[in-house]
Amino acid sequence: MKEAVIQTEKLTKRFGDFIATNEITFEVYAGEIFGFLGANGAGKTTAMKMLCGLSAPSSGSATIAGFDIYRQTEEIKRNIGYMSQKFSLYEDLTVLENIRFFGGIYGLSDRRLKEKSALLIDTLGMKNEVKKLVGSLPLGWKQKLAFSVAILHDPKIVFLDEPTGGVDPVTRRQFWDLIYAAADSGITIFVTTHYMDEAEYCNRISMMVDGVIKALDTPANLKKQFAAASMDEVFFELARGAVRNE
Amino acid sequence: MVTLNNIVKTYNKGEIKAVNNVSFTVKEGELFGLIGPDGAGKTSIFRILTTLLLPDSGNASVNGWDVMRDYKSIRSHVGYMPGKFSLYQDLSVEENLNFFASVFNTTVRENYDLIKDIYVQIEPFRNRRAGKLSGGMKQKLALCCALIHRPKVLFLDEPTTGVDAVSRKEFWEMLKRLKQQGITILVSTPYMDEASLCERIALIQNGRIMSVDTPSTIIQGFPEALFAVKTNHMSRLLHDLRSNALVKSCYSFGEFHHITFAEDPGIAKDELVRWLQEQGHQQVELRPITPTIEDCFIELMTSHA
Amino acid sequence: MKFSIFHIQFFIFVRKEFHHVFRDRKTLLMLFGLPIVQILLFGFALTNEVKNSRIVVCDYAKDEASARIIHKLDAGNNFRIERSLMSHNQIEEAFKEGKIKMAVIFPDGFRNDLLHLNQAQVQIIADASDPNTASTLTNYASSIILDYQQQLIQSTALPYRITPELRMLYNPELKGATNFVPGVMSLVLMLVCVMMTSVSIVREKENGTMEVLLVSPLNPFLVIISKAIPYLFLSVINLTVILLLSVYLLDMPVNGSIVLLFAESILFIITALSLGLLISNVAQSQQSAMLASVMGMMIPTMLFTGFMFPIENMPVPLQVISHVVPARWYYTIVKSIMIKGLGFESIQKETFILIGMTCVLLLVSFKKFKTRLA
Repeated sequence: MKEAVIQTEKLTKRFGDFIATNEITFEVYAGEIFGFLGANGAGKTTAMKMLCGLSAPSSGSATIAGFDIYRQTEEIKRNIGYMSQKFSLYEDLTVLENIRFFGGIYGLSDRRLKEKSALLIDTLGMKNEVKKLVGSLPLGWKQKLAFSVAILHDPKIVFLDEPTGGVDPVTRRQFWDLIYAAADSGITIFVTTHYMDEAEYCNRISMMVDGVIKALDTPANLKKQFAAASMDEVFFELARGAVRNE
Repeated sequence: MVTLNNIVKTYNKGEIKAVNNVSFTVKEGELFGLIGPDGAGKTSIFRILTTLLLPDSGNASVNGWDVMRDYKSIRSHVGYMPGKFSLYQDLSVEENLNFFASVFNTTVRENYDLIKDIYVQIEPFRNRRAGKLSGGMKQKLALCCALIHRPKVLFLDEPTTGVDAVSRKEFWEMLKRLKQQGITILVSTPYMDEASLCERIALIQNGRIMSVDTPSTIIQGFPEALFAVKTNHMSRLLHDLRSNALVKSCYSFGEFHHITFAEDPGIAKDELVRWLQEQGHQQVELRPITPTIEDCFIELMTSHA
Repeated sequence: MKFSIFHIQFFIFVRKEFHHVFRDRKTLLMLFGLPIVQILLFGFALTNEVKNSRIVVCDYAKDEASARIIHKLDAGNNFRIERSLMSHNQIEEAFKEGKIKMAVIFPDGFRNDLLHLNQAQVQIIADASDPNTASTLTNYASSIILDYQQQLIQSTALPYRITPELRMLYNPELKGATNFVPGVMSLVLMLVCVMMTSVSIVREKENGTMEVLLVSPLNPFLVIISKAIPYLFLSVINLTVILLLSVYLLDMPVNGSIVLLFAESILFIITALSLGLLISNVAQSQQSAMLASVMGMMIPTMLFTGFMFPIENMPVPLQVISHVVPARWYYTIVKSIMIKGLGFESIQKETFILIGMTCVLLLVSFKKFKTRLA
């Protein structure tokens, strides 16, 4: 039986009368690449915020990396990594300064930080860029660097919020190479994306529609279930009936 | 209708070459797509065409008007939707529309037929503040405001970015219907799958145009035979394929990996299947496929580099 | 035909701007709340230092007694004592022009009166529109005189009595309001006009609507001007509120013409709006617009207008700087009209300076205005 690193039970978030996330229940297992999909406004971001310990649920329960979502948010934050399209690194610091900074924040010892940053720079092939300001790097490199920094402290789970938006197709795939490598080393990947082909790279996918999880399975099974040739079509089948399109 | 000749645009005193000797033309009434990732130069090109930026060198014209000399004429006759949502968040849908109509010395009623199909979808919310609309609704409103004065050319800079796939599809349907009204439409997008919805496209990367043509011609121009491969263990497959000398290029494409061969595919493919099975892969599927625009983009990117 | 389209567009723009302003509840609250808070706070006004005030001493007596007292006044080295024989009219004039803060007048036959009548009078007139300074100065002068009186009494054992006749000009009841209300008016009008206008214009640039507006047949300058109008309107309302509060709550006098006051205020508002316009041209983000407004305008206004710290106290270079701050001139204008009850003739110089500043600001704004993004 695989270890469940994320377990939720009827997790709900209400804003006044509006129920953003409605009693979602699911599990994510260690080392999995879990795709968390859904249209804008479906409740994805709200759910992710709760799972990262950034927002308190209105009701329901959950454990993230074994920690309780209500009482142990600090422990949760310490054991996860986070990366989004909007925020990655400090543009006006150099590559090395960013790595050192986040390493310090995550509580890495000097020696471990040195080891890890050397490894990181080597893997990304950025030896000539360490002293450059992050802001001067092309978008693709920034994203790859941001991801590597997000897992610098070997977290149990890393949350990726649309990490490959706007990036060129080659870099996008290189990014997923990094994701695969991380998953192989035991880190659980929780990723949202608008690219339907990326949905295929996931072990399992959940689709949120109108605040509820409408489907949760492997890509292959979902395609069978909806008699679809691609994840694109699965998405349309599910999202088409959405009420929450305002 | 729209022409660019050797346009160059740099920032930071020449340090950043955003647009590097770009030339192409758009015919009247065409639905033209400028396809490329962030930072490719799409927004700079749009800003030059809408006369918001001056190019460092080269010339460009819209409807015969030069972007540098005749900017006033261009500004009065084009519709422009810049990247992020740029309407007034605290004005209602109706107020925004009326405002932009009067900016162009017209009224909503005058050109209502043009925007009707789009507007009816957001009409129930006409008193709602624009800031409170969903992403898809905002796009529709922005489109209406850009069309309200019946422009000759419509410039849409990444109108579908950040919008969910369903709304994206709807948006393109609307564009197709608009094209029938005779409006020339230039759209930029990072989504490769949207390229096939355009009549002609320009693939742009790092400020350079890699190819300008109809999607089908570009696809036909793909230099080699393309194959899709699938087994029961995809991530290991990627690894293995890349280590095999028979395979020239290999990129993951969702359910399948797309590969080209270093030698004659007729023989190589059977050899590869055998080899994969030896490596322990099961349920091996290998078949030829028609390239997509994304395949072409990757090929052009890597061969240029 | 073109003329009327312009008008219609202008009207539509102004209407949109009013929408923006009134829908931003929080900022609106601050704009109206701030002056009210300031007025009430300053109601318990500040103490100022009074050094280097100019005092004129008119010694008609020219006798030993007056000489002694004047010597003592001088010895303090705190004030700038000027000896000169001025007529009553000249003294009034000097006060009107703000050249002196206090006048000490020894009448003819001062000593004689002391010796023969055992009592004499010294006239002390102070400019009480700054009541703190006035109090301090008159106290000082009075105490020196009384001190001399003490000495006389001790040395001759005669009940000499020198009575300083105090006259507090313009503000006989020493109301604190007269000092800071004009200051608050300057500050608030500057704040609303400069900061809000520049921020509003830059916000348009930041959220991308400016781009869309540029790609249209619209004259972009129209956009800018129409942004200033709601703030002109708001400022006049604000001004009215401040005046009503100060007159009815704080007993502020309005000795001059209200029409003139409003006219000059509108001039000052336009000056401030022009400054806001200039800032918006160069600022790239709302933050830098706000920063430029605060650093370039609010702080100099607070420091150099003269209502918190008397300008005469400052070192000369700072005094020179204060001449460039528009609020300084407006402050003088307001005090002249409200407290001193003067008419246009007395504030001509200040008015023309403000008009000049406005023209320069507008000219520079026109030149710097970019019709493209870069």
